[in-house]
Amino acid sequence: MNQDRIASYRKTAWLRYGLAALAGAVGMGALAWFLVSDARSGPSEAEVAAILQTQLGGDTTIVTTNRNSFALAAANLNNQERRIFEVGDSFFTQNWVTAPASTEARDGLGPTFNAQSCSSCHTLDGRAQPPANNDDPERGLLFRLSIPGVDPVTGGPLPDPAYGGQLQDRAILTVPPEGRFLIDYRKIPGEYEDGTPYTLLRPEYSFTDLAFGPTHPDLLVSPRIAPAVFGGGLLEAIPESAILALADPDDADGDGISGRANLVWSVQDEDTRLGRFGWKANVPTLEQQIAGAFHGDIGITSPLFPEENCPAGQTDCQAALNGGTPELPQDRLDKITFYNQTLAVPAMRDVDDPQVRAGARLFLEAGCAACHTPSHTTGQHPVPALSGQVIFPYTDLLLHDMGEGLADGRPDFLAHGQEWRTPPLWGIGLIENVNNHTRLLHDGRARNVAEAILWHDGEGRAAREAFRKMSREEREALLRFLESL
Amino acid sequence: MDRKPTRITIAVAALALCVFLIAMACTNEPPPAPTVPLPDTMMDPVVDVEALKGEVVAHYANGVHALYSQSLASARIMDTAIDAFIADPNPASLDAAKRAWLRAREDYGPTEVFRFYGGPIDNEENGPEGLINAWPMDESYIDYVEGNPTAGIINMPDEYSTIASDLIISLNEEGGEENVSTGWHAIEFLLWGQDLNENGPGTRPVEDYTTNDNSDRRAQYLAVASDTLLVHLQDMVDAWAPGGGNYRAEFLTKPANDALVDIITGAGALSKGELAGERMFVAYSERSQEDEHSCFSDNTVADIVGNAIGVRMVLTGDYGVVSGPGIIDLFAADNEALADRLTDETRVAVSMAHNIPDPFDQHLTDTASDSAFGRSQVLSTIEALEKQADTIVEGAAAFGFTINTSV
Repeated sequence: MNQDRIASYRKTAWLRYGLAALAGAVGMGALAWFLVSDARSGPSEAEVAAILQTQLGGDTTIVTTNRNSFALAAANLNNQERRIFEVGDSFFTQNWVTAPASTEARDGLGPTFNAQSCSSCHTLDGRAQPPANNDDPERGLLFRLSIPGVDPVTGGPLPDPAYGGQLQDRAILTVPPEGRFLIDYRKIPGEYEDGTPYTLLRPEYSFTDLAFGPTHPDLLVSPRIAPAVFGGGLLEAIPESAILALADPDDADGDGISGRANLVWSVQDEDTRLGRFGWKANVPTLEQQIAGAFHGDIGITSPLFPEENCPAGQTDCQAALNGGTPELPQDRLDKITFYNQTLAVPAMRDVDDPQVRAGARLFLEAGCAACHTPSHTTGQHPVPALSGQVIFPYTDLLLHDMGEGLADGRPDFLAHGQEWRTPPLWGIGLIENVNNHTRLLHDGRARNVAEAILWHDGEGRAAREAFRKMSREEREALLRFLESL
Repeated sequence: MDRKPTRITIAVAALALCVFLIAMACTNEPPPAPTVPLPDTMMDPVVDVEALKGEVVAHYANGVHALYSQSLASARIMDTAIDAFIADPNPASLDAAKRAWLRAREDYGPTEVFRFYGGPIDNEENGPEGLINAWPMDESYIDYVEGNPTAGIINMPDEYSTIASDLIISLNEEGGEENVSTGWHAIEFLLWGQDLNENGPGTRPVEDYTTNDNSDRRAQYLAVASDTLLVHLQDMVDAWAPGGGNYRAEFLTKPANDALVDIITGAGALSKGELAGERMFVAYSERSQEDEHSCFSDNTVADIVGNAIGVRMVLTGDYGVVSGPGIIDLFAADNEALADRLTDETRVAVSMAHNIPDPFDQHLTDTASDSAFGRSQVLSTIEALEKQADTIVEGAAAFGFTINTSV
């Protein structure tokens, strides 16, 4: 049934986007040939210059490098929009508390939860890091759970019968937390071609203090770190046709890189839609992403997810008082969504620096741009400030097989266990300024940009090898370019 | 800790009282005098803009020092009143401590315009803003609240046996942005208690400091929070004092354009993102009474006025105690019409804020109509603050300065 729906969606998608795709295919074919030929002859000055643009987020862009760099309103909002942004900001930042409380707008935390506010993981709208050790209270790494099989209605993963779709490691006073996770790192030695050694950390996770007995014997687990949240509205505004046009599921062009669209369940439309958000592109819209995070991470119900997250058997959870039905009404969800959509993209730095320029050239030469698509032009979005913008997110929003080393082995809609969505690279060099760390990848295992590249495998293997074979000077230039984004 | 007033504290109190009286005389607002533009014939035909920039920056540094000194002086008077209350807790001494808090708060408000550019007050390494003025507050982190009579650090003698400055500093914002345990609003909560009334501020009983559980620990907490605030305000005075070897010296030696971007960012960001946005529009739009700023004492309107006055001071260069060239004078060198407009707008913004009826939370109830005078006055003030900020951004752009007004 569900597979039929997906198949039919694919057909209608092709009907809907056929013309655009055809037109796009000609253009993209030309571009692909262009890029492939670049790999041989090297990119031209004009191609390098084309990606050295300061306005990464089009007219939303703000020039900033301080710790608030991910937290600013898009530069092109009017005063009415700015006010809505501020309201959304307050609900993103402030803690939710146990119901009932005199702060009626902000009660209903849990019963089980991972965090008390959006900003406890997305600190300053930025990116979380994994805990330094098992006593570190650092928030921002959570675990999605499922068992083999596919939900017959949505096509999504099936939850663990006792623990649901996510492990909540905290709870309000009258309710037991579901359990907690332990993390251990194994060192993986490696070497650049010039002989410089490096060490990667491979995390190993286990669960402990499980309150409701053992998990399902065939449990599938996916660790997910909280990413930076700015720029999401612009990603939402990229035309679906442009994303589908980049897909090459059977690697028809033979470049070793496929790129598949995830087709996921829309809670609002009760139908299958293109996925764009989440580490596996498993969510179709920012609104659903936000409502899902409120529900799964903070325990806040909304019109999209009206039921408290209490799996069968968690009786204290079911008996706990709630903070209203729903706890987050639609008008507040709208404002928080607007806030997330209109967080500005910070400007690129040092575009005229020779080392940055050299790094941009190496980025193109190494083939990074095959998945980290530098530029898109947004279409029409309900928020006018996001429409018609030339942006530089460095992502194709498609799924790619990243090899066994990064695999979570947990399918998520059409994404299989080795596939991940290409994450955007804009702002990557400012994570340290905002969040005081440089941890990257879906579970934060990479301690810096170089390690993140070195973890690339599968479809990213060729680009990784190109990096590994670079001279020290070239590696530094490439990293300098990325850190200027 | 010995809390009996010594000869020195009496002398300090007397001195502080003098400063207080002078400060009162200075901040008692006369109707703002309009800037009278000089006739063209009297103006230097060629304004030396670069020299003017230096003068504006130097005068700003004087203004910052003057306002922090004034704030420290009235905070010292508050500290003395708090010590007197703790030494002899009774309704009269509690009331005196509350009045001293309200008075001191009035002097702190304008200094918030010195935030938002990573200066001494809010730099990332050791800026004490979060310790002085963090808000909103999770009151149950400090003391009991309705429905939880044993909540808070005060009621956890086993976990926190001694309440000292370094303890409450270390606990501040530990579990999240709302776990505020120091500063103005912590003191406010300890003096007023939760505001559970529709029509007035909180009414904490004096017995909280005499016969109720943990009264000695509550008194200790109040004394320590007040002392800690003084230390942080003193740090701000020192950072901006003339004489060198401090932040002021760095500020005056960096390129004037960089210093001006800082100064203007403080004014624009306080006016728009912080005051019009986070502090006023969120509460207005969501009708959430918990979102008002000084919610225990119902002092929110005065807080808003204080912030708006701070913006006006930086724009006009008139800090009350000292007066000289401000941002408007610089803008006038490029565009006199814009400078005149901004002069009007900043006067309107302060006057609008003054006219919001007290208490602020009455405008946030579910029954308050948008057309009621109070609510429409809140919205008009928001609009006036936004308009002023937009003109600030426009004026700065003419000098090539890009100003972020988000916070």
